[in-house]
Amino acid sequence: MQCNARIRIFIWLALALLPASLHATADEHHADANETLAIGDIIGEHTADSYWWHITTVNGRHISLYLPVIVRSADEGWVAFSSKRLAHGETYQGFRLAADGAYKGKIVGRRVDGTEYRPWDISITRNALAILINSAIMLTLFLAAARACRRRPKNAAPNKFACAVEMLVMDIEDEVIRKSIGHDYKRYSSYLLTAFFFIFINNVMGLIPVFPGGANTTGNIAVTLVLAACTLIAVNVFGNREYWREVFWPDVPLWLKAPVPLMPLIELFGVISKPFALMIRLLANIFAGHTVMLALTCVIFITVKMGAGINTGMTVFSVLMTVFMSVIELLVAYIQAYVFTLLSAVFIGLSRPAHHVVKTKKIHTEKI
Amino acid sequence: MPSLLTPDFGLLFWMLFSFLIVFGVLAKFGFPVITRMVSDRQDYISRSLREAEETNKQTKALLEDTRQRQDEILKKAVADGEKLIRNAREKAMEETEKQLDAARQQMAFLREKALHEINAQVALLSMDMAEKILHRQLDDKTKEEAFILQMLDEAEQLPK
Repeated sequence: MQCNARIRIFIWLALALLPASLHATADEHHADANETLAIGDIIGEHTADSYWWHITTVNGRHISLYLPVIVRSADEGWVAFSSKRLAHGETYQGFRLAADGAYKGKIVGRRVDGTEYRPWDISITRNALAILINSAIMLTLFLAAARACRRRPKNAAPNKFACAVEMLVMDIEDEVIRKSIGHDYKRYSSYLLTAFFFIFINNVMGLIPVFPGGANTTGNIAVTLVLAACTLIAVNVFGNREYWREVFWPDVPLWLKAPVPLMPLIELFGVISKPFALMIRLLANIFAGHTVMLALTCVIFITVKMGAGINTGMTVFSVLMTVFMSVIELLVAYIQAYVFTLLSAVFIGLSRPAHHVVKTKKIHTEKI
Repeated sequence: MPSLLTPDFGLLFWMLFSFLIVFGVLAKFGFPVITRMVSDRQDYISRSLREAEETNKQTKALLEDTRQRQDEILKKAVADGEKLIRNAREKAMEETEKQLDAARQQMAFLREKALHEINAQVALLSMDMAEKILHRQLDDKTKEEAFILQMLDEAEQLPK
């Protein structure tokens, strides 16, 4: 009964939104004459990074948050200005957004001799701002919880908020970190917890369609690269001697490691490929999630031309599917953060083998 | 258009910047505080449970001990009471015996004394009789005989 009522509400909502969407698309069609909607571009624009944060469009007017551009000019050194000066293809201080070519959508500079170059660019882009906002959210959440823990009278029950945070933290620490690393897990605990909640908060914020959410941070290679690099460092810098012996002198027949170091090469490749897989897995999952959601939303606008009947039907379908995908993506947001943390913990655990000699001896005797 | 897999330097910079700050701050003031609180509480709970068990054990032992002592005290009280009664009875009997003994001794003494007195009386009487018999030797036989009978009657009547 209740389920039916909910579906009915969705249908009414979809129908109520229909005229608005029709109106919006009609406007766009007036502007671009007979051009079809370039869905690929729309999705690309939303999932890629940007120099401003487009919030909404009201009556054909774009409402955007223009972000600071920080670039190093070939002549004048570092310069900073608002990205509003580059909107609509304008040029400012010799910089403009490349309309095509290898740097399409990025800021390019023009030298005095007329050649174009890509400057050092540390602009606070949409993703950069989203990361800063999400980091602030994360710091606020955990520092508040830590403060509640610290201010709590000795042995008194913690408050509800601290309990909720504690539940999430302890679940990861006990079930993932401690079980994967072993006795000296405390050393890595802070990094892995930071990685988990950083990814999780960024994933969830990416699912919120309005500002300050919606940025595709964890679906960006730069973000996952940094995270994977941190795991690479945690694994290889703090790995013990036994780990490095296993890489360069593994327990295989001698001809596999000398004179041609076949196994060491494979092991070394593994050292790189493990964090590389972490980087690609997170990127692909989140990027795919954003793409699917955008595509499903675009279904409404694509079917406008097919007549009101089909359009209405497809709108209902689109809304239902988007809700369904949102729920799935919420799950993926947690799972991907979990998987990244779990695998990082497992790799760290593998970098600290102990009593390996005893183990191999056992295997040898079993073989004999 | 730059590929999806080409990391952008600016974003790389800001990501590294914010991630390291978040990691640094939370590794110092965030997660250790939370996990320490949890482990502290865990310690506290397990210690409390252990203490409760200990206290429970002690209480049980105390209860057992108290019950035993109660039994002992009760037994002792009963025994004491019995002993008291027995002692009292014995004492009473002793006292009675003593009194009886004293009475017996008194009686024996009185009897002895009475016998002595009787003996003395008998001796006196015998002497009197003998005197009187000797004084009246020469009188006639019938009179003597009557006299002796009379004397004997007197003697019979006398000690009473």
